[in-house]
Amino acid sequence: MIVADRKPLKELLEMVEDCDKVLILGCKGCVTVCNVGGSKEVGILALTLKIARKKEGRLLEVSEKTLERQCDPEYVDEVKDIVDGYDAVISMACGVGPQFLSERYPEKRILPAVDTTFFGGAVQHGIWEERCAGCGACGIHHFGGLCPIARCAKSLLNGPCGGSADGKCEISKDVDCIWDMIVTKKMKEGRLDELLMLRPPKVWTTARDGGPRKSVREELVQ
Amino acid sequence: MRLSYPSNVKIIQLPCSGRVDILHLLKAIEDGADGVYVAGCLEGECHFLTGNLKAKKKVQYVKKILEEIGLEPERVEMFNLSSGQGPRFAEIATEMVERIKKLGPSPVKLEKAA
Repeated sequence: MIVADRKPLKELLEMVEDCDKVLILGCKGCVTVCNVGGSKEVGILALTLKIARKKEGRLLEVSEKTLERQCDPEYVDEVKDIVDGYDAVISMACGVGPQFLSERYPEKRILPAVDTTFFGGAVQHGIWEERCAGCGACGIHHFGGLCPIARCAKSLLNGPCGGSADGKCEISKDVDCIWDMIVTKKMKEGRLDELLMLRPPKVWTTARDGGPRKSVREELVQ
Repeated sequence: MRLSYPSNVKIIQLPCSGRVDILHLLKAIEDGADGVYVAGCLEGECHFLTGNLKAKKKVQYVKKILEEIGLEPERVEMFNLSSGQGPRFAEIATEMVERIKKLGPSPVKLEKAA
């Protein structure tokens, strides 16, 4: 899933400083699963903003709504009849949501409520870790099913650096050295020799180096 | 026992302190409550195992939010006591009311009234 963190409240309060009426839009996709932008979090943010503004003696009217997803036009369309009534729309979706809203409602001020961080998963309840860098050409089958691009601090593709010690990365004792894990996994698979195979350098044109990316499925396009 | 405790404490009964939600605590503050506290069972003695521990984390989260927006986090608190500790219940109510009196009325309430 796409993982995100809520922006600091100070930053959000500054964004709505000149607003009297805002709509907070949640998303039932990834941000609901990572507990940052679902209907519960929309409710918490709405109450928090109201409390903060009441404290200043300036009321802020806040409406709440959570869309099925904010990365599909049909769901973004669902608020077409109500957005005009607000000074701004605060999106609690990942970075995609506010952009779909901005494009669909060109005259409306759209504000992001979360900082989108990475593609990852929950390693335990309340803790998420990065797993994928979205490079556009997955090669984890060469590395025992583990991604050194996303999980090595230096994105090394040819083995661990000198900073690997006792299975940990030198950047932090909380970060596993992914190359230690890759080598261990390959040994357990009985395929360690595969790491010695020569491979051509990775082509990065499928990553961000090739500019904004687009995926077209002809069989689906109408 | 006929214990007396401050009459300005409004009690909301729940089947378990684990049912308390961040939204409930914030809603009380938004509605102008000067303080909110959760009275849960003693740690390690939750009938549902971790209800009181979950409540504690939610209270801590609300404290963090209040601090971030410039309100005293002491306005929200978690207490642990058993259902057999009547005198302690009255003591906690008095302690919390004293604490809130020292802090003064909630600025949220003040502005609401203005």
